[in-house]
Amino acid sequence: MFKSDFVQALLRSPVSLVALVLVIILVGSAIFAPWIAPHRPFDPSSLNLMDGFTKPMEPNMFTGNVFLLGTDDQGRDVFSTILYGLRISLLVGGAAVGLALIIGVTLGLVSGFVGGWVDSVIMRIADIQMTFPSILIALLIFGVAKGLTPVDQRDNVALLVLILSIGLSEWVPFARTVRGVTLVEREKDYVASAQLIGLSRLTILFRHILPNVLSPVLVIATIMLALAIIAEATLSFLGVGAPPTKPSLGTLIRVGQDFLFSGEWWILFFPAATLLVLALSTNLLGDWLRDYFNPNLK
Amino acid sequence: MLLLIIRRLALGLLVLSVVAFISFVMFTYVGDPVQSMLGQEATVADREALMERLGLNDPFFVQFGKFLGRILQGDFGVSYRLSRPVNQLILERLPATLELALVSALFASVFGLILGLYTAINRGGLIANFIMSTSLIGVSLPTFLIGILLIWVFSVELGWFPSFGRRGLVDVGLWQTGLLTIEGWKSLLLPALTLGLYQMTLIMRLVRSEMIQVLGSDFIRFSRARGLKERQVLFAHALKNTLIPVITVAGLQLGTIVAFAVVTETVFQWPGVGLLFINSVAFPDVPVMAAYLLLVAVVFVVINLIVDLTYFMIDPRLRLDDKR
Repeated sequence: MFKSDFVQALLRSPVSLVALVLVIILVGSAIFAPWIAPHRPFDPSSLNLMDGFTKPMEPNMFTGNVFLLGTDDQGRDVFSTILYGLRISLLVGGAAVGLALIIGVTLGLVSGFVGGWVDSVIMRIADIQMTFPSILIALLIFGVAKGLTPVDQRDNVALLVLILSIGLSEWVPFARTVRGVTLVEREKDYVASAQLIGLSRLTILFRHILPNVLSPVLVIATIMLALAIIAEATLSFLGVGAPPTKPSLGTLIRVGQDFLFSGEWWILFFPAATLLVLALSTNLLGDWLRDYFNPNLK
Repeated sequence: MLLLIIRRLALGLLVLSVVAFISFVMFTYVGDPVQSMLGQEATVADREALMERLGLNDPFFVQFGKFLGRILQGDFGVSYRLSRPVNQLILERLPATLELALVSALFASVFGLILGLYTAINRGGLIANFIMSTSLIGVSLPTFLIGILLIWVFSVELGWFPSFGRRGLVDVGLWQTGLLTIEGWKSLLLPALTLGLYQMTLIMRLVRSEMIQVLGSDFIRFSRARGLKERQVLFAHALKNTLIPVITVAGLQLGTIVAFAVVTETVFQWPGVGLLFINSVAFPDVPVMAAYLLLVAVVFVVINLIVDLTYFMIDPRLRLDDKR
């Protein structure tokens, strides 16, 4: 019933359907990147410097090799770097949202269910954090984490630090929404019955209330995924995110920007277009999910 | 009303003290500034002398007390990266960021208001629909991509504007301004556009939805029935009632503009505070990061406070709430 209803609603909105298909294609090509990618862009032994700066769909002047989306200065196939970059972007974005979700949902549940000073403290922290844009918080956490890691380890933990800083900067919307829903749910009869038969508060919270707060969480998670992907790209673009050895789309754009002035537009254009399509379709999907689960907000 | 202002002030002070504490903890525990300032070949004596000079040998609470005392006097220590006083570094770069932020905020409010009104009044029209769908892309587009796109089109292809830097500066007292020369405006235009575009779309969408809501209300229908001119209905009656939420959001967005200046300044290599901050994060240069954090916190708290107060001045209904 639920599923067919869901599919029906989706079919009625062509834009969201296209967005969904795009997201599936992008996520799929990220997962299967090693099998789809025609080259291994980060294996130096497979690169030929003579292939550098090949234009898209045109044979290289020296080697005659043809690349779908051209090559960068090192002779790396742009199409392959995008596939691997997409992988890193989605990995970091997804993990960051997962972290934000776990922190936010837990704090929201506890805050709404326990109430009292626990609630006040958690919500004040949320207020203070909301005063600042999350990108600044992520930058700050990144700087602090970078200062705390030894210099020779920095490239290895860069992605972890990135996930941590974006995740920690985006938990507030989850916590606020879950708290609101929990406040409503805890007054309901099933919670009272569960308390009467002597279930522990932890069981009630995670086995009974949690399933009932999940649909708004799903909506927020989708919207936050778009934000997290953009945040990751922004941080990497600023040079404080994914290192050039493990480039995400943002890193690729940062690198590509340098070649804009010398006319090699494709090194920048294709990663940027991919990021744009990814962010836009995730956003549209999130909007549609929100309308689907909560028609009142339309 | 007074109670509310006091409560707001208290929250503001709480934010500031939390931020001050975080800054201090960062100072104390993050990184080894001595190592980064001296490099590999320093002797133990060099190290001790520098630690003494930076005050790193004192106990925790003494350091925190000294820290608070210093920041209240506007002394934020010495940059680990540039070995210069942080307040001097920030003051040098503040005019660049402020001019950029103000121009883009102005651009965002004016165009956001005009486009929002246009799309609300001509709802369903061809141009209005086009503006609305373009704005959706504008919201999804990351700031740095907008910047790169503008550089590509207007600097690389057309060559109309410089692609980076701040030019055409004139000294006005202590303030270095770029607003007095054509050269200065030319270099400011693209960054300001980049920074303001997102806020403009946001304000536009907000104005549109508020305006549509107000236009559907009874008092607008009544003023039309009274035979008032359409222009009077739209701009004297309807517009006035849409402005309250718009001012709130626009005001709060001013803070976001200051934050996103970091990104814009990096794209255009605009020599402002944001660029200084990014370079510090990459180093990491804790005193500059801490000072920037405090600066932004003060800006945000002040903006929030001003927005709250304007809210009360504009909407008399809110003042009545006190009597409850």
